[in-house]
Amino acid sequence: MKLVTAIVKPFKVDDVRHALAAMGVHGITATEVKGFGRQKGHTELYRGSEYVVDFLPKVKLEIATDDDAVEAIINAISTSAHTGKIGDGKIFVTSLDMAIRIRTGETGSSAI
Amino acid sequence: MKKILVALALGSVFLCSTALYADDVAPVSVPDLTAPVAAVDDVVADTPVTTTVVTTTTTTTTTTTPAELAPAATTAPAEPALDSGNTAWMLASTALVLLMTIPGLALFYGGMVRKKNVLATMMQTFTITALMTVLWTVVGYSLAFTKGTPFIGGLDRMFLNGIGVNTLSGTIPESVFAIFQMTFAIITPALICGAFAERMKFSSMLVFMTLWSLLVYAPITHWVWASDGWLFNYHPAILDYAGGTVVHINAGVAGLVCAFMLGKRVGYGREAMPPHNLVLTLIGASMLWVGWFGFNAGSALAADGRAGMAMATTQIAAATAALSWMFAEWFKKGSPSVLGITSGAVSGLVAITPAAGFVDPKGALIIGLVAGVLCYWGATGLKRFLGADDSLDAFGVHGIGGAVGAILTGLLVSPAIAGVEPGMSQVITQLTGVGATVAYGAVMTFIILVVIDLVMDLRVPEDDERLGLDLSLHRERVE
Repeated sequence: MKLVTAIVKPFKVDDVRHALAAMGVHGITATEVKGFGRQKGHTELYRGSEYVVDFLPKVKLEIATDDDAVEAIINAISTSAHTGKIGDGKIFVTSLDMAIRIRTGETGSSAI
Repeated sequence: MKKILVALALGSVFLCSTALYADDVAPVSVPDLTAPVAAVDDVVADTPVTTTVVTTTTTTTTTTTPAELAPAATTAPAEPALDSGNTAWMLASTALVLLMTIPGLALFYGGMVRKKNVLATMMQTFTITALMTVLWTVVGYSLAFTKGTPFIGGLDRMFLNGIGVNTLSGTIPESVFAIFQMTFAIITPALICGAFAERMKFSSMLVFMTLWSLLVYAPITHWVWASDGWLFNYHPAILDYAGGTVVHINAGVAGLVCAFMLGKRVGYGREAMPPHNLVLTLIGASMLWVGWFGFNAGSALAADGRAGMAMATTQIAAATAALSWMFAEWFKKGSPSVLGITSGAVSGLVAITPAAGFVDPKGALIIGLVAGVLCYWGATGLKRFLGADDSLDAFGVHGIGGAVGAILTGLLVSPAIAGVEPGMSQVITQLTGVGATVAYGAVMTFIILVVIDLVMDLRVPEDDERLGLDLSLHRERVE
């Protein structure tokens, strides 16, 4: 099993969700995060204080999946989250040792 | 520290030099300008003698004031009766001014601090409202408005003694007058909170406000608005319609001293401390704007043409200053902002406060224009120069705005409205008032803070400041 983590622009979350649903993925965890890579931040001004804000809002999506579905998922996310501008995000794939469905106690592939 | 001393020195220089000048200048020859017509035992009489179509929200209403010399002055020597129109308006004004503090100022300040301190900031305003009410009732009103010395009143009206259902102050019940003035005594200390936001101990703040109200607010109020007050009886009399010196310069200077004495917030200058919710700030500023009609027009103590004109000048100055700050910031920094325009409106309101019943609409435009720009500077360039962490710009907006307004009043007072000539001799009186308020206010505030700090610490510990005052002082939070 693998854990696919994707960090995408917030307004792309709906597109990614639909793309994944179209290929049969029905379980996603989303977290609002802040981050930056090469994308520039912005400045904010409050009376005499000016702040440089580097961290930009992003959404982190986590999908647990079987090994054989990983590539399809990566393609689905890449296509739907892509805008061509700096800041589109990243996808990480890590190994997932165990998965358990809390309600039924199922483990392994039947839990994800 | 050095900067406090510089500020004090400047204030004292103002005071001394204007006093010197005053000696050289011949008293203005407009009759009755400064001499009270019938300085009856002001507050103690049940039905004071003269009417109170007053300019400077005088006190005990038994005296003529510069405003009354306006062509249509109605100084009837006969005992005035209760005027229900005036009374109705004053009842409404009192409510409007109270609304300025709760929740106007609470929201204005609350939105500007970090979320972890929003409850504590609002708690300060709300608690001060309650505390000042009691203090004013017990002894504050008496010290401010009864006959005593030129520097402080007496104790005749302790616990509002002698104020019965039928007791009048001019044409309105004295109960209404006393509570109207109470709302001023409430908002002035609440303004100071902006200077020490996000770091002052609640208990120390309570002690500070109690002492400050009695030792600074009451005396200065007495100087300016009591019939035996020394600024009221200056030649020419000081023009402070609704509290430019009494409220704004007073609070601003006290705020600056507090900011110096308490020191900067942890992380100031390095960490980001943006306002957590400017929606609250805008709502608060709006309430301040509308409520200010009670503050200024209510200071006419009557429902008449003076009140109407004061309302007009208030509105005009607020709007002009809002645009003035907005454009100044837009020009200097590249974009207009919500915090900027709301701050601008407030600074215009502050600046028109001493002038509202004395200038005409054209004067109000000028005051608004100047105040917007100078207060913007007060909250930015001047703030950097002074080097104190006056968190919410109590001095930059209220101190500078009040001073600007007070001085411009001397230059823009309309003889047709106020019966007073604008010019250098009036400006000198205005400067004297500003200087005296700055000097006395700064010194007394400093002493009070030093004493409190010796006994109980002014600031919360650093860890508590990091955690946030909502949790550390009040064990409450906003999700």
